[in-house]
Order: sequence, then structure tokens, then C-alpha cells
Amino acid sequence: MRVSFALNGRMEEIDVEPRRTLADALREDLGQTGTHLGCEHGVCGACTVMVDGRPTRACLMFAVQVDGCSVTTVEGLQSDDGKLHALQTAFSECHGLQCGFCTPGMLISAMDLLHREVEPSRERIREEMSGNICRCTGYMGIVDAVEQAAKQLNALNSTTEPPAGKTD
Amino acid sequence: MKSAPFDYVKVDSVQDCVAALAAADGDGKILAGGQSFAPVLAMRLARPRLVVDVNGIPGLAAISVDDGRIGLGALVRHVDLLEQPHSPLLAEVAGWIGHAAIRSRGTTGGSIAHADPSAELPVVAALLDARMSVVGPGGTRVVAAGDLFEDALQTTLEDDEMIVHVDMPNPQAWGFAELSRRHGDFGMITVITALVEDQWRVCIGGVAGVPFRALESEQILADGPLDADRIREAARSAAAAVEVSSDLHASATYRRAMAEEFTLRALRQATTPTMKGVA
Ligand SMILES: Cc1cc2nc3c(=O)[nH]c(=O)nc-3n(C[C@H](O)[C@H](O)[C@H](O)COP(=O)(O)OP(=O)(O)OC[C@H]3O[C@@H](n4cnc5c(N)ncnc54)[C@H](O)[C@@H]3O)c2cc1C
Ligand code: FES
Ligand code: FES
Repeated sequence: MRVSFALNGRMEEIDVEPRRTLADALREDLGQTGTHLGCEHGVCGACTVMVDGRPTRACLMFAVQVDGCSVTTVEGLQSDDGKLHALQTAFSECHGLQCGFCTPGMLISAMDLLHREVEPSRERIREEMSGNICRCTGYMGIVDAVEQAAKQLNALNSTTEPPAGKTD
Repeated sequence: MKSAPFDYVKVDSVQDCVAALAAADGDGKILAGGQSFAPVLAMRLARPRLVVDVNGIPGLAAISVDDGRIGLGALVRHVDLLEQPHSPLLAEVAGWIGHAAIRSRGTTGGSIAHADPSAELPVVAALLDARMSVVGPGGTRVVAAGDLFEDALQTTLEDDEMIVHVDMPNPQAWGFAELSRRHGDFGMITVITALVEDQWRVCIGGVAGVPFRALESEQILADGPLDADRIREAARSAAAAVEVSSDLHASATYRRAMAEEFTLRALRQATTPTMKGVA
């Protein structure tokens, strides 16, 4: 079946069998191997991507279901000039990753949390990131990274001037 | 871990869904949030010939409130329950279902149809005597929760029927207590209590094939003022009545002790004025 959707802001069109998961389509058909597959049944969180702005397990969705949707993966986090997202920098600086297998899913879940909550406590971060399993870091570095990124993004927001010419 | 091949059809009406299921003659399954069904397919615990995607049916994602009752379309997602302002009980319950990425897809109709005895929404449905509107080739029928759940993962739904709507009372006060090993895991024991039409109800999930209504405990709560002694007696009665067994996760003795403790916690939450279950 033909499916077309926006992947990290670019339209893609692929031809897939109905049983093809979104994760397999991203990796095998589109060569975007940033999305990782651990358990393939929804438990580990490695495959978490954004579908229409909501975090979603790419192993539990079939590619045919994203027809007309907008999908964001870890490849879409950096800006056009190659600058890393504040979360990516924080993960790197705070030792939020070792082998990196869980990281793409961690970044998407963290991004979702920071979309919803401006200043989550360490406890909230642990709670909200509990759907992503990491076998390396012991999680301390991950919690540090999300906390640091939240601070940076908040500082950025409070110093940014509102866009000119928009008064009401 | 790849599903066996299947044919896929995305329907845009309940009638088309039911017609497709009927034509598949027992070999078709509904795909809603996919949060239980996709793992079942991946592990090849089911190999349906036809998968009917209902996510495109309009009008099934609405939440309505009317005269002390709350109505949920089958496609109301767990995240919608978490974010709605009408029922604090449903918002609390939704927060205990899995993780954000599960809640953004999983649906009310899917959770009830899947009938996992450890899942939260079936416990709510049994507690509040929810009424499910079910559409099949012959038309619509209304099934009460007590007549829907048969056993673990088994309901009285026919192969060609679809739950389209769930209707239940919005309780005056409520309490919720769940024991799980890690945040977001299915509950080992889930106790929910609610005050409906001035009657206390108690329902326990995770202890039997279907959610367990602790009727004797409810009678004790009806018999007099809700002081600490009565609440303790009600919790003891509920724990004595549950069927428990030992398995990998916990012994029968531990489960019974926890059924008592968590019933106590739910009842305290529902009756202590400073706690969130009291309006
Ligand atoms: C990692 C993980 C953790 C989870 N943790 C929890 C938890 O803590 N608590 C909890 O309650 N759940 C949990 N779940 C399950 C989740 O809540 C599911 O969303 C839910 O059980 C099923 O809903 P669904 O919409 O995803 O249904 P689907 O998976 O699409 O369908 C489930 C079954 O119901 C049938 N069905 C679906 N919709 C209908 C309908 N309208 N009418 C008739 N039949 C229908 C399908 O054919 C299928 O057999 C978890 C899932 C995962 C992957
Ligand atoms: S691979 Fe999707 S959750 Fe583990
Ligand atoms: S960094 Fe190795 S699994 Fe998390």
C-alpha cells in the first residue's frame, strides 16, 4: 500500500505491506536508522517517535497508519545548520548516554515532557521517563540532562524578544 | 517479532467496520490504539486475515457530561482522559495507565474490549456499572459491565461487534490505590472505591479473571457511619473475599494482605476531606 507522510518536515512516499511497522519502515525503507528497536512490543521505549506531536511507540504502529501524518524522529531534532537541540547537548554534557541505544527514544520522551511541563522536578522527570529503559547509565545522568535542558530552554525563552510587528 | 501478513482496511463508519468484520467471518479484528493488539500480532498470538482500523471513524472521540453521568466515545484516548476536567477519578486513573507514549494511542473502547484483569479502565467500568453501546450487524445493544467481562481477556462481544460508546455515572467521591512494582507497570492490585447515589462501591482489579466487586464490603459501608473502625472492617472483608493465588510476582498471602492495605488506602482517600477523592 502507498503511504505518504511528512518525516522531519520532508514529504516521503513509500510502498509497504500492511504488517510493516512504522519503526521498520523508517529504518528499512527510508534508511533513517536513528529510531532503534529493542523489544518490538512496546515495553522498552527505544523506538519512541513523535506522531502529530504526540510520543508514540513506532513498533506498535503500522506504517500504513501514518498516511497524512507528521512524524518526527531523532534525525529531526537538530536545526538546519546542524546545531544540536538543547536536549542533545545536555545528554552529551551530563553523561546521559553511554552506548546510546536508548537515547533516541529518551530524547523524544524528554522533548514531550518539556513540551508539557516547563520546570519538572527530578521526581516528575523520573516518573515521565519511566517508559524508556536504559541498561547503561543508571539514569542519574539522564535526569541531570533533562533538568539542565529545561533550565536552558527556559532561559532562552525568557531572553527572546517577542517577534517584531506583532501587536494586538 | 514480526506480525504474520494480514489485509488492512481503514473504515470511516461504524457500519463499514461491522460489515467488514462480518464478511471476514470470525477472521477479522479491530485495530484501535494498537497498544495491546500490536504486541499480540508481533508475538503471533493472533493471526487474523483482516485488520480493521477504526481510528478514522469520526465522532467517536468525544467526552460528554450530562446530569451526573459521563459518556466516552470508544476512541477517547487515555491522554484525553488524563487531560479532561469533568471527572477527577478518570483523570487519576488514566495517569496510572502505562506511559505517555502508550496513553497517546491507547483507547477507552480498546482497553475495555481487551479485558485485561490488571487494567485500570475495566475496574472503573465494573465499579460504576458502565453501560457499553455495542454495534453489530443486527443493530445496537447496550451491555452492562457485569455482563461483558467473562474471564481474563474474554468478553461476551461477538467477532463482528464493536463497542462505540461507554456511559457511566460520575461519582460524588472516590478513592484510588494501586500497587505496582515500577511506575507505569500494570497493577498487581488496583482498588477503586466510589460514592454513587449515596452508596459506596468497592472494586478490585488484578486478583481474579475479571474485576471483583466486593459486595459484602459495600454492605458493611452502607450499615453505619464511616468511622475508622468501619473502614478497617470493610477492607478486611474485601481482602477475605478475593480469590488469590501465588505466582512468580507474589505469594497468595502477600496478595491478600495487600488487597486489605490498598482497600484501606482507597477508602481513606475517598473519605478524608483533605484528600483528592473528596469533592
Ligand atoms: C508498555 C505498555 C504498558 C501498558 N500499561 C498499561 C497499564 O498500566 N494499564 C492498562 O490498563 N493498560 C496498559 N497498557 C495497555 C493499553 O492501555 C492499551 O491501550 C489498551 O489495553 C488497549 O487499548 P487499544 O486502544 O490500544 O486497543 P487495541 O490494542 O487496538 O485493541 C485491543 C483489543 O480490543 C479490540 N478492540 C479495540 N477497540 C475495540 C472496540 N471499540 N470494540 C471492540 N473491540 C475492540 C481489538 O480487536 C483487540 O482485540 C499498556 C500497554 C503497553 C504497550
Ligand atoms: S522497540 Fe518499541 S518499545 Fe521496545
Ligand atoms: S545508554 Fe546504553 S541503553 Fe541507555
